[in-house]
Amino acid sequence: MTDLRRRGGGGDTDNSDNISDKEADGEDRLGRPEEAESKAETPDVPPPSENTPHCLNKALEGLPPRWKNYWIRGVLSLAMISGFFLIIYLGPITLILVVMTVQIKCFQEIITIGYRVYHSYELPWFRTLSWYFLVCVNYFFYGETLADYFGALVQREEPLQFLARYHRFISFALYLAGFCMFVLSLVKKHYRLQFYMFAWTHVTLLIVVTQSHLVIQNLFEGMIWFIVPISIVICNDIMAYLFGFFFGRTPLIKLSPKKTWEGFIGGFFSTVVFGFLLAYLLAQFQYFVCPVGYNSETYRFTVECEPSDLFILQEYRLPAVVQNTLGKETVQLYPFQIHSICLSSFGSLIGPFGGFFASGFKRAFKIKDFADTIPGHGGIMDRFDCQYLMATFTHVYIGSFIRGPNPSKVLQQLLGLQPAQQLSIFNTLSSHLRERGMLPPVGL
Amino acid sequence: MTELRHRGATDADLPSDDKGPEGELKDGASDSDSKVDSGGPEVPVPSDDTPEVLNKALSGLSSRWKNWWVRGILTMAMISFFFFIIYMGPIVLMMIVLCVQIKCFQEIIHIGYSVYHSYHLPWFRSLSWYFLLCVNYFFYGETVTDYFFSLVQREEPLRILSKYHRFISFALYLTGFCMFVLSLVKKHYRLQFYMFGWTHVTLLIVVTQSHLIIHNLFEGMIWFIVPISCVICNDIMAYMFGFFFGRTPLIKLSPKKTWEGFIGGFFATVVFGILLSYVMAGYRYFVCPVEFNNDTNRFQVDCEPSDLFQLQDYVLPAVLESFTGWTTVRLYPFQIHSIALSAFASIMGPFGGFFASGFKRAFKIKDFANTIPGHGGIMDRFDCQYLMATFVNVYIASFIRGPNPSKVIQQLLALRLDQQLYIFNSLKTHLTERGLLPALEQAAA
Repeated sequence: MTDLRRRGGGGDTDNSDNISDKEADGEDRLGRPEEAESKAETPDVPPPSENTPHCLNKALEGLPPRWKNYWIRGVLSLAMISGFFLIIYLGPITLILVVMTVQIKCFQEIITIGYRVYHSYELPWFRTLSWYFLVCVNYFFYGETLADYFGALVQREEPLQFLARYHRFISFALYLAGFCMFVLSLVKKHYRLQFYMFAWTHVTLLIVVTQSHLVIQNLFEGMIWFIVPISIVICNDIMAYLFGFFFGRTPLIKLSPKKTWEGFIGGFFSTVVFGFLLAYLLAQFQYFVCPVGYNSETYRFTVECEPSDLFILQEYRLPAVVQNTLGKETVQLYPFQIHSICLSSFGSLIGPFGGFFASGFKRAFKIKDFADTIPGHGGIMDRFDCQYLMATFTHVYIGSFIRGPNPSKVLQQLLGLQPAQQLSIFNTLSSHLRERGMLPPVGL
Repeated sequence: MTELRHRGATDADLPSDDKGPEGELKDGASDSDSKVDSGGPEVPVPSDDTPEVLNKALSGLSSRWKNWWVRGILTMAMISFFFFIIYMGPIVLMMIVLCVQIKCFQEIIHIGYSVYHSYHLPWFRSLSWYFLLCVNYFFYGETVTDYFFSLVQREEPLRILSKYHRFISFALYLTGFCMFVLSLVKKHYRLQFYMFGWTHVTLLIVVTQSHLIIHNLFEGMIWFIVPISCVICNDIMAYMFGFFFGRTPLIKLSPKKTWEGFIGGFFATVVFGILLSYVMAGYRYFVCPVEFNNDTNRFQVDCEPSDLFQLQDYVLPAVLESFTGWTTVRLYPFQIHSIALSAFASIMGPFGGFFASGFKRAFKIKDFANTIPGHGGIMDRFDCQYLMATFVNVYIASFIRGPNPSKVIQQLLALRLDQQLYIFNSLKTHLTERGLLPALEQAAA
């Protein structure tokens, strides 16, 4: 950061190209108009090898730098995947905490980039305000989730009941306080900068926070809805890279010159197969398949239930073509495996667009990586850029094709209505159930 | 528009002085001129924009008074129009809200284009409108599914659209997202990302809050009329108080606002809100939730007014008793709520105005556009309304009503049968405890 502030007097090497980009924010620096954007960014991103832990450095001393880079990336990949297994083993609470930590780190990385681009570290209040908005939006979302899933606990404790009842109003009041602080903090010379940072913060919140809450809601449906999509995206990344490395020839998109069509297609097929197999493996365990419930008596999360139809083996007739090749007529599959094919297809075909978006973003702001948190890989955001679209898709998919609304939530709403409305709903429901034969007909 | 494009092309070729967008417009002149120049081509002096008939009628007056008259006449015209559309009913109101939303969106996006000279960006205009369409489709779909549940269940195509609504909306949005990624052009990456961010923030502000307005409308037209009127009244009253008594400046951002105007506007708006609610709460047309009648296929506003809109006796506190000589007073409970609404409009509403003023100063424009002669753009008139609409929606949800019954039925019928049975039994127990179901209990047994 000190580097940045001192470089102010540097020359202008980037004048010749990207004039239209430079137009865009030439004025938006605090009193140093002659600086070039590219110079401003590079000091913060050291080459990956300098950031590796000392022990790794020692172990890999003998190798040439290119291989050293591969080894570091490889070791860190394995470390991250092991970390993933560990937190799955530790259970839902740990997963929620990890999701929250990742969200905060991603938010911090993107906001830091915004500060660098606009040199707005010296803006009054703004760092405080960005974090305050993050806290507000998280409070709103976590409050809604808690009220939904921990209904019984909330009803028991008096302060929690009060908070739950007026939750939206309290969240809105907190947000408004931040909004008013922003308006009061507007300083004459820095209006435009401040509005840019305000918008930057809000778009970041929109992307990072809302989607991390969708991830948590997927998690509550059953850990399999959390593990399978994330694994699919990771697998697609790795497989596309490997296919591209060995067979890559035709470039895919100008935005990311390293991606190839061979990698894309190879990654697609291998991810579909991987998803299929992983779904088969995980669907057998109640630990993964059951919705995460909260047991009010023991104050702990439970994952125990009767597995739904999705996770019970069923017979499927093979189409004639496949019958001849395999020699079998029917095959036993979990219906979830069919859904996993959809998830894998999305992860392989559309997921990369999230990566292209992040690449375009990095090129636009002339940065190499979002941050350098993970040696060899870049920042947290670099690893998670494809995951966000996937999380939203999984959530929408579940909402549209798998489950209906949450029964306890519906009951809660019912009990909140006026008695006359409850009575009318009662009558509608009883006639509906009687039609379906769930209730014995009333002989009057 | 053509002017902008030509200016854009010329300015890009000039040697870059790194002064930013407004610098480009000036061909190297200093910053102090930029306010007039960048705002200049789009914002003619108000009198140039008035209709010919007004110009003729006011040709005799000096230019300052002419400005006052133009503003005054347009204010009366807007208020009359407001009354007219209230008379026309809920459907017209919804259409007007939609039009206002589209016009506000267009104004803000237009400002973005002129700030970034991005008129010649490939695809971007189409993409911005496409995103507007997607988000509106999503919100209108949710509203239609909630309020027109029976109609939707009857028509087969509507039923499918409503069942997979979120998926369809998401797919439409994703298409736009992919188009954006594919449209990224090497030299314009940053510009394109800025316009993407600009579009999304605008959508967040304009579209979500216009849908909150429509939700308020469906609760009862009074929840639409009273907040809007409070904001308008506060604007006018603060202006009058400031004009006659204004002395102490309120905030550096808007030098014309004064503390006298602020406080005078507060009290005047509270009184106005109480009186207006008293007048409106007597009519079913304003007080009843807007419902869709399946048989007649029309909107109707007919119901038994809720407790909020029934006169009740309130005991006055001792202070007021001695002052007015009454022991009790008959009020609608809604009038108490209107005090809260007016207080919010007077205290927080202006922050929305300051935000818009800051925005205009940041981008060195005088008005958002010049749609309304003497007043500026639609956004200039509606900047305080947005915070108010969100507040009213949150207020209703927290203090007035519970969940929407038809939405609850909808969710109920979407559950599995065993879950429905479970809920049925729980509800039955609950209602029996409250003593609402004695007869049925005996019949079922």
